[in-house]
Amino acid sequence: MESAKVHHMTPEQPAFMAKVPNNKALMLDEKLLFEQSTKGRMGVDLPALKGTKSRTGLAERAKVGLPEVSEPQVVRHFVRLSQKNYSIDGGLFPLGSCTMKHNPRLNEKMARLPGFARIHPMQPDSTVQGALALMHDLSHWLTTLTGLPGITLTPAAGTHGELTGMMVIRKAHEAAGKPRKIVLVPDSAHGTNPATAVTCGYTTYPIPTNEKGHVDMAAFTKAVDELGEDIAAFMLTNPSTCGLFEPDIKNIADKLHSIGAWFYCDGANFNAIVGKVRPGDLGVDVMQFNLHKTFSTPHGGGGPGCGPVVVSQKLIPYLPVPRVEKKGNTYSVVTKDATSIGRIKGFNGQFGMMVRALTYMLSHGADGLQKVAEDAVINANYILAHLKDTYHVPFKSTCMHECLLTDKRQKETGVTTMDIAKSLIEHGYHPMTVYFPLVVQGAMLIEPTETETKETLDEFIATMKKIAWDAANGNADALHANPVSAPARRLDEVRAARQPVLRWQTA
Amino acid sequence: MRYLPQTAADRAAMLADIGVKTADDLYKDVPAGMLLTKPVNLPSHQGEYTVERTISALAAQNLHADGAPFFLGAGCYNHHIPSTVDYIIQRSEFLTAYTPYQPEIAQGTLMYLFEFQSYICNLTGMDVANASMYDGATSVAEAVLMAKRVTKRDNVTVVDGLHPQYLDVLKAYLTHSEGTITIGDKADDTTACVVVQTPNFYGEVVDLKPLRALCDKTGALLVVAINEIVSLGMLPAPKEADIVAGEAQSIGVPMSFGGPHLGFFACKEGYIRQMPGRLCGETLDADGKRGYVLTLSTREQHIRREKATSNICTNQGLCALAFTVHLSLLGEEGFKQLARLNHEAACDLADALAKVPGVKVLNKTFFNEFTVELPKNSADVVEALADIGIIGGLALDGNKLLVTATELTTPEHIAAFTAALKEVL
Repeated sequence: MESAKVHHMTPEQPAFMAKVPNNKALMLDEKLLFEQSTKGRMGVDLPALKGTKSRTGLAERAKVGLPEVSEPQVVRHFVRLSQKNYSIDGGLFPLGSCTMKHNPRLNEKMARLPGFARIHPMQPDSTVQGALALMHDLSHWLTTLTGLPGITLTPAAGTHGELTGMMVIRKAHEAAGKPRKIVLVPDSAHGTNPATAVTCGYTTYPIPTNEKGHVDMAAFTKAVDELGEDIAAFMLTNPSTCGLFEPDIKNIADKLHSIGAWFYCDGANFNAIVGKVRPGDLGVDVMQFNLHKTFSTPHGGGGPGCGPVVVSQKLIPYLPVPRVEKKGNTYSVVTKDATSIGRIKGFNGQFGMMVRALTYMLSHGADGLQKVAEDAVINANYILAHLKDTYHVPFKSTCMHECLLTDKRQKETGVTTMDIAKSLIEHGYHPMTVYFPLVVQGAMLIEPTETETKETLDEFIATMKKIAWDAANGNADALHANPVSAPARRLDEVRAARQPVLRWQTA
Repeated sequence: MRYLPQTAADRAAMLADIGVKTADDLYKDVPAGMLLTKPVNLPSHQGEYTVERTISALAAQNLHADGAPFFLGAGCYNHHIPSTVDYIIQRSEFLTAYTPYQPEIAQGTLMYLFEFQSYICNLTGMDVANASMYDGATSVAEAVLMAKRVTKRDNVTVVDGLHPQYLDVLKAYLTHSEGTITIGDKADDTTACVVVQTPNFYGEVVDLKPLRALCDKTGALLVVAINEIVSLGMLPAPKEADIVAGEAQSIGVPMSFGGPHLGFFACKEGYIRQMPGRLCGETLDADGKRGYVLTLSTREQHIRREKATSNICTNQGLCALAFTVHLSLLGEEGFKQLARLNHEAACDLADALAKVPGVKVLNKTFFNEFTVELPKNSADVVEALADIGIIGGLALDGNKLLVTATELTTPEHIAAFTAALKEVL
């Protein structure tokens, strides 16, 4: 009985040190720059115009509609905005499946070297040998770590990598005679997976998750037997979005290969197994990386990412262009390839992120990357071990790099996952991922990453216990009202969607 | 290892609390024999200055725009970036934040996205803009996919002069949908959209009015692609368009060998619910204070899954911030002046090149780039120029060369270019 366990909880409030002082003197309101504009101000000094007669063939534009402000105003504006943001540099950011780990500043410095930042993608190959060598080296690291021999670096983000990978798969089926129709997708998958499959002209077929949080093998086997060669591929995230390693992964691969289908592994959670397991050994045919997750390029408030894709031998002919080739000691860019799916992005991909990722890999080395995975897994299990008696755990097992809890016990007093998340904000943390995976009601997916200290995890655990204690001890209303000390209170999302205001306009 | 805080004692204590002996015990679900017992065959970890030396040595092999007269553009432009831009985007709170899914502690990101969307609307003359796309090429491809959804038609007309890489990406994106792509300026009642780039790939400025009339007649949408956004400081806003999509790298974002850049996407109000990508909107918080959230996400993959308008998730957030900071510094007058400086530099370049024997400027109109005809194969000329340290533009088919000038182009650069051309031609 779950409810009985609530009463076993210690009646005393857990030892807990509040982190948020109720002092808002440094938290300043800030208007939009449009509202600060004064005609005649400018934040740049540009040379005088010569007055050359226009050769554009069209009338010159009179008004653009931009604010007029000085440089100090611009600096202050954006500094004040920045102070309204939570960041991994500022504190624990346990956002499950998003991998918010430390972003080393060395990586930023390297990406800004003029020899990388100030080169053009269409310069002659002879003038960018160092950049091409870097792409070649990064490719070597990624293929070695995965045991998959083919690679493209061009996809712009993880999702773009998924799209590329599925286009490669479709092209391979077409080359073999028929494109097939169906892509199997677990019901626990990221929304990008079904969206990607449909973009490639496939319909999706859901595979349920079993009571242990794994792929339901009976349902999978039945689907393969019934749909047979209509199945183009299975898109499976491993470790899964439930934070678990799929124990039947090798059998899944074998079964797919027996009907000529390809095994697409979503590599969003590769950080749990980097240096420990090579997806190629498991029978994976295609996997995308999210360099901003496993290899620590900064998320930047929503990008830029970078989503290289590795593939098994037989899929190499279909990879997109451009590709970097090495002959002797000379690198060149291949832009034409008759069997390729073509070009999926302008130029060479998110090169700046490649510089950061390779810098990160060289810093860690093969030995360090193995520790990255292990410590990420240890940290997540440590949190799970300390919270499993306080929060409901849907799948009774150790986890990989993220642990999954739910609000099932707290709901008895009306406190939901949303309240728990917003209360974490009140206590100075970024919340975990909430209500995902969709197959678990009231899901809370916690990913601490390897870069957090044990002390930080202990504080977080204490905070989670304090919130549970508040829920069980008559403080539910306070939890519903959280956050109260953040730069904003809960926002009215319904209003935002029903009366969309998507740009600034004068009244 | 400097990024890993856990000591041996920490690990031991934590493993004991978890109830296992070793880290490998936590990998119990990995199939037998698949767990690597030793590190893969790659170098071991290295200290900061060793890594810095290795990576810097690769950077040093490249000829970069600070070290060479530079006349290459073609969708990626060499502009000045004020110091303030990089200082702001490297602030921890922007650089190391996530997508603003928890708006109470992400108002900083959301407010600049709202300003970004407003700037893009004002620049393009459109009603709504999203919070960015990967790049110009993918943004134009997404615009075409949206036009197909809106019109429920299959065929696409592309006016000659779309960046060839944009066309390639469009073809790849449309591989798995019905319909044809026709190059030309014809449309009929099966045409979902007419795509036109201005200034076009060859630098020519396009009058959009005849294309608007064609779209009005046939019911096709007009998709305007722009890959040099600075041009909008001088050319009229492309209000004739239904969708304006393209590349905004020129403002605030370095060339970086082709990425990360900054795709933008704007359209007429009626199409909001068919748009791809994230949208930031204004609302109120529980105290009635103005605030911002990601909104209308029922279009997006994390809600709609297989019925989403696009599979896009992560976009180019930090590049959108760089753009917003830079454009704020420029402001109304600075942006227009920057555009005119670019145009004047291009006029100077055109005049100088026209005086080189055998060189002919082909454009009737241009903004900051144009095509010239050389008396020799242009690919050979570009290689020869590179050998003497000049990035001389983009070799097109045969003897044609696409050249670009920006505010960073000096009279000395132009003189060096023309002198070198006289030598190699």
